[in-house]
Amino acid sequence: MINRFLIPVVAFVLLVVVLAIGIKHSPEKGIIASPLIGKPAPQFSLPSLADPAHAVSSAALRGRWYLLNVWGSWCGTCRDEHQMLLEVRRSGRVRLIGLDWRDDDGQARGYLQQLGDPYEFVAVDHDGRTAIDWGVYAAPESFLVSPAGIVVYKCMGELTPDIWQKQILPRLGQAQAAGS
Amino acid sequence: MLPELGHFALILALLLAGLQAFFGIAGPLFGRERWSAAVIPAVAGQFVMVATAVGCLVASFVGNDFSVKYVAENSNTALPVFYRVAALWGAHEGSLLLWIMLLALWTVAVAVLASRLPRPFLARVLGVLGVISFGFLLFTLATSNPFLRLDPAAGDGADLNPILQDPGLAGHPPVLYTGYVGFAVAFAFACGAMLEGRMDQNWARWTRPWVTAAWSFLTCGIAMGSFWAYYELGWGGFWFWDPVECASFMPWLVGTALIHSLAVTDKRGLFKSWTLLLSVLAFSLSLLGTFLVRSGVLVSVHSFAADPSRGVFILSFLIVMIGGALSLYARRAPLLKSPAGFELGARESFLLFNNVLLVMAAGTVFAGTLAPLISGALGLGAVSVGPPFFNPTFMLSMLPLLALLSVGIHASWKRGRLGTQRRTLLYTLVAAAVLGCGLVYGIYSPGSGSLLTPIGATLGMWIILSSLVDPVDRLRRRLSLPRAVIGMTVAHIGLAIAVIALTTVQSFTNERDVAMAPGASASVGGYQFRFDGVAPIEGPNYGGVGGILVVTRNGAAVAVLKPQKRQYSVQHQVTTETAIHYSRGNNILVALGDDLGAGRWSVRIQIRPLVSFIWIAAAIMALGGALAISDRRYRLARTADAVPAGTAPERA
Repeated sequence: MINRFLIPVVAFVLLVVVLAIGIKHSPEKGIIASPLIGKPAPQFSLPSLADPAHAVSSAALRGRWYLLNVWGSWCGTCRDEHQMLLEVRRSGRVRLIGLDWRDDDGQARGYLQQLGDPYEFVAVDHDGRTAIDWGVYAAPESFLVSPAGIVVYKCMGELTPDIWQKQILPRLGQAQAAGS
Repeated sequence: MLPELGHFALILALLLAGLQAFFGIAGPLFGRERWSAAVIPAVAGQFVMVATAVGCLVASFVGNDFSVKYVAENSNTALPVFYRVAALWGAHEGSLLLWIMLLALWTVAVAVLASRLPRPFLARVLGVLGVISFGFLLFTLATSNPFLRLDPAAGDGADLNPILQDPGLAGHPPVLYTGYVGFAVAFAFACGAMLEGRMDQNWARWTRPWVTAAWSFLTCGIAMGSFWAYYELGWGGFWFWDPVECASFMPWLVGTALIHSLAVTDKRGLFKSWTLLLSVLAFSLSLLGTFLVRSGVLVSVHSFAADPSRGVFILSFLIVMIGGALSLYARRAPLLKSPAGFELGARESFLLFNNVLLVMAAGTVFAGTLAPLISGALGLGAVSVGPPFFNPTFMLSMLPLLALLSVGIHASWKRGRLGTQRRTLLYTLVAAAVLGCGLVYGIYSPGSGSLLTPIGATLGMWIILSSLVDPVDRLRRRLSLPRAVIGMTVAHIGLAIAVIALTTVQSFTNERDVAMAPGASASVGGYQFRFDGVAPIEGPNYGGVGGILVVTRNGAAVAVLKPQKRQYSVQHQVTTETAIHYSRGNNILVALGDDLGAGRWSVRIQIRPLVSFIWIAAAIMALGGALAISDRRYRLARTADAVPAGTAPERA
């Protein structure tokens, strides 16, 4: 006869398997690589690309979700992801902010004129100090920051439609569901 | 110096916990009385060491010692002293230390208050508690040491997370954790009984007050968290089915079931194996909650610190503790025999329904909480489950539970005939329906509510009325009224008030987000709101703006509400401080949203009827638990080891 009191143990073993897979396949795995996740986004106040006399600062970004995209006109992969960035801008789901990293202003403006400007505004980081604050390894990189100013996701490399669908949209959607 | 002392004290506590576990379990096993006797000094020593560690960390916080990494990350010189103490549990490492401290306190309470229990049994119980404590101390020392130094020391700290800088939150974790950890005592009693192989009614009687105490704390803790979410997070909601909320709610549901099944085991000697299983499950769910919150496998608004490597450790600990207890259960439970049965319709059968429905409710919450994890494990992608799943499925088990409660408390043990009680029940039901429908259709406007609204209100009223029948009758006939009966009645009335409050809140909430320029007015739910603009504010470690809204009703002044938008200077985080006014049973909540420019602001106005009664109800339930614990028979049970159970004829 089967001991029915074994059922809880069996159920528990199944649970352990699920939890173990959960740890292994944790969707956070790749992201935890950045120590910034869950921490407040670094502050910056930099000249605007559109009008260098005018400063743009991270203080203006609080209260809504934004995606900070680190790019440069010198960067090949940035060109590859540009179409996706235009899509993001069209979707209107999140504010898209550019950080022009170690670039020449004229070339950067030409780049945007040629390919289209997806950004709400672009901050110019000539000496790369802001990029160091954000822990940027190589362009392009994109940081998703919550309305409370917390970095919740970091995309290293090209922002693909897959990452947009599976990583970024769910985080935005979740926040909207919780906030309603 | 102090941090090193604290670190050293924690290491000593780990060793003492190991001794406590070894002597407690091995002593009775090998019949060595001197080993068993050594448990008590180990318990005392461990408590002193843990208290020393906590004291050292508190001193580092109060003294602004930013050479300690944890202090530097969670405090600041501008932080008021009160929050510097509360910052102790502001993040992962300190929360664990608090967990360990509370477990040590519970262990000492068991050693003192249960000192008259048979020696070998007490030793086993303390031994099992020692194993749990050992695991958590090891976890803390290995992966989450709060005493790590920072070299070079920080000039000033990164400040406590601003949303945690609130009196409600300062008190929420200790109370909640006291409840969580309290179920460890029930777990230890169950394991002690199973190790001994003597799972009789005494065991159930000894366990009852501990379970009720833990449950009361958990009830308060959950309510405090919900209240905090309501006024601090700025959304005006009070329950989000967030994974962390679910993690605390599952032990609560199973704990409630355990309280009821323990009553049957204590009074009638039935459901023994089931009660054992619930004792193990209640604490297992507490541990699982810890795992879910701390390992980062689930994404939650609450997860302050998540780290997969910690997940591996907690999972191993879960396997040892829960796996061990359940294996022991699989070996021992088949030996249990139930004495005489009972008729359908007897009180036992209603308590059985109660248990099935509560466990079913816990099961649905469990399924919903783990759904993203299970779908991820099966490779189905990220699935997130929200209120559309939880609300109806939870209702599915709660409605029958509430409907059966009134009948159940009037049923008698063993026999299934209601007799004269039938008429009482019918009268109270009719009166409840009149009152419930009167509340829904008379005071609040009908229309917006669904059919569930009058049903919920009626069931709540029925529970109140039918609960009062028996105590009132006893008082009239000048019969004695045991504290256990008073406690049960009070707790049931608390539940009923919660049901009525939840029903009206769900059905009759008025909410609007409006853009307001200074001088503009809006009308919501019969109240008029005039926006008088915003002015700058200045706090000790924050600045920001405060808005002024003048609330009137038909021209008569009601309140002036001053919601704030604070910007904390160190973390540059913005928090929303809602302003709440209580009027005619309604909670009027206003929160400042975004600055729309030119003096215009988006303002959230929300009117929730009776919402405060949800938290008052939780306090009443906890009070009921406290009354039940103070019953004479538990004090007698402590003095007499082997009074045969079931001799007391009362109907608690």
